[in-house]
Amino acid sequence: MASIKEKFEIPGNLKTWSYALIGVGLLALILGFVQKGLSKDEHEQAIFIGTVMYNTIFWTLVCNASMFFICVTTLAMGGWQHVFRRVPEAISTLVPIFGSITLFVLLFVVFTGKHEIYHWLDTKAVDADPILKGKSGFLSVKFFTIWSILAIGLWSFLGYRIRLLSNEADQGKFDHLTGAQFIYRSAVRAAMFLGWFGLTVGSTVPWLWMMSITPHWYSTMYSWYTFASSFVSGVSLMALWVIYLKNKGYLEYTTQEHLHDIGKFMFAFSIFWTYLWFSQYMLIWYANIPEETVYFKSRVQGAYKGIFFFNLIINFLCPLLILMKRAAKRNYTLVTFMAVLILFGHWIDFYQMVMGSISKDEVTLGWLDFGILSLFVGLMILFVARALASKPLVPKYHPFLKEGIIHHT
Amino acid sequence: MAIKKFVVGCFDDEEVLFPAVKKVRTAGYKIHDIYTPFAVHGLDHAMGLRETSLHTAGFIYGITGTTTALSCISWIFTKDWPLNIGGKPHFALPAWIPITFELTVLFAAVGMVLTFCYLCQLAPFVKKHHFHARATDDLFVMVIECTDNTNTDDLQSFLTNAGAVETDLQVAEADWWVGSYDKDELPFENKKVLAA
Repeated sequence: MASIKEKFEIPGNLKTWSYALIGVGLLALILGFVQKGLSKDEHEQAIFIGTVMYNTIFWTLVCNASMFFICVTTLAMGGWQHVFRRVPEAISTLVPIFGSITLFVLLFVVFTGKHEIYHWLDTKAVDADPILKGKSGFLSVKFFTIWSILAIGLWSFLGYRIRLLSNEADQGKFDHLTGAQFIYRSAVRAAMFLGWFGLTVGSTVPWLWMMSITPHWYSTMYSWYTFASSFVSGVSLMALWVIYLKNKGYLEYTTQEHLHDIGKFMFAFSIFWTYLWFSQYMLIWYANIPEETVYFKSRVQGAYKGIFFFNLIINFLCPLLILMKRAAKRNYTLVTFMAVLILFGHWIDFYQMVMGSISKDEVTLGWLDFGILSLFVGLMILFVARALASKPLVPKYHPFLKEGIIHHT
Repeated sequence: MAIKKFVVGCFDDEEVLFPAVKKVRTAGYKIHDIYTPFAVHGLDHAMGLRETSLHTAGFIYGITGTTTALSCISWIFTKDWPLNIGGKPHFALPAWIPITFELTVLFAAVGMVLTFCYLCQLAPFVKKHHFHARATDDLFVMVIECTDNTNTDDLQSFLTNAGAVETDLQVAEADWWVGSYDKDELPFENKKVLAA
């Protein structure tokens, strides 16, 4: 095996940047807490908590999406992702960390009965409301708590098992039999993660965490929509890290061919996201039933109109037109630009999904949002860099590694 | 219609084919085409073919479909025959998106298939000369176009040295022509039946 740089060493300026971003974020968090969180006005409080909430949910789901990426490509018997698979693995180590923050925020909301955020926490209102009463089995403190703990716990645990198994590919050569067993065990563990992923991100978790902010409204597309949003952002985040490592001279086996395939994922899932966006919107627009249109009232005709359609432009039109060409997907600069744009666009998407229901009459996007975003970006950079440095960057003895190296698009 | 002289070299292994392509190109011969039993990755690069513009054509067909659908539907529903459908505005864009999408796909798909067939010179009732019948079975057939100055004997031995298992000189029509398979009239003089 030719000599390659196996160990990632965290450059000093990356650390400085992440600490600076975390510092700015903490400052914004404290300022926001003093100004809004401690306010007597429950609505102001809800804006503060909601802002933290959508950021932490967004980053948890995005980091979890990179584990989803590994599992899907593993089950599809893919070979190409192994040359850079340590990057999504490193990103997925954030799931327990961001998951705990999410859990803390959500359980705080639920146990202190913040009914400005989750209206269904208001027991008096639920008793007087036959619709909410009918949903009280699902939208209850007990179910919410248990399901959230289970979801985050099992994502972390099953993801950890996959990363643990992946370590075996560093330790020594497989022979034919142990190699086949390794592939089989990878597939079984990936399938277990995906099964749980489907039951949570694919269905219940977005309903519980975000759709229940408007408890009367329902959409079965909602979870798929959230999943598409988080997956395309997850792939973009992965692309950013891969390009960053390439720039620093690591990941010698990852070439334009691999970047091309990552670009295809970004392109395809942007369109998948639009498909779900449209499917959810069009049916509700067509039927025009008040209990269904209530969700879109503040977004299409109200204060969030600008953000709602801006969102469609940067998450659909830009990827469609810019990433369509083959040359664009093989261009490191363009893919970087598009990855940042897609991440930002879907962050805005999560913003309007949560805050468009909490603060219906007023767009709250401002210093607090960007401050808390910088807190999470800083944490993400710090922990992903650490996780990358803790393991070899290439699973040297993975049976499919050669297939990944000679990958040709 | 252009009848040309070709030297045909047959290779039985793609491992031999790739260096041979390189040698032939550096020697300055013009490769007419290479016929392979299956798609060979990287052969187009080795032959120095330019990137196909089929996808650009596809994009243009798609855009044509989009414009056709949107202009047609909007003219019908706002100018020609406005109908009140469920109290929706006449210009009901979301309802038109599925049809616009379908027409985009239809135009792009049909247009690209036809363009592809044209570029590959494939059509019903149209014939092309086959340089070697085993190109569809197990031989990689490299066809080199000769000029008046080409020494065909030299070229044949050059190909044999490069690893060809079989070489051949053919005078054949380079393009497609209208003909049928049961009444085969080849529009060139040296009619040559190839052993399969």
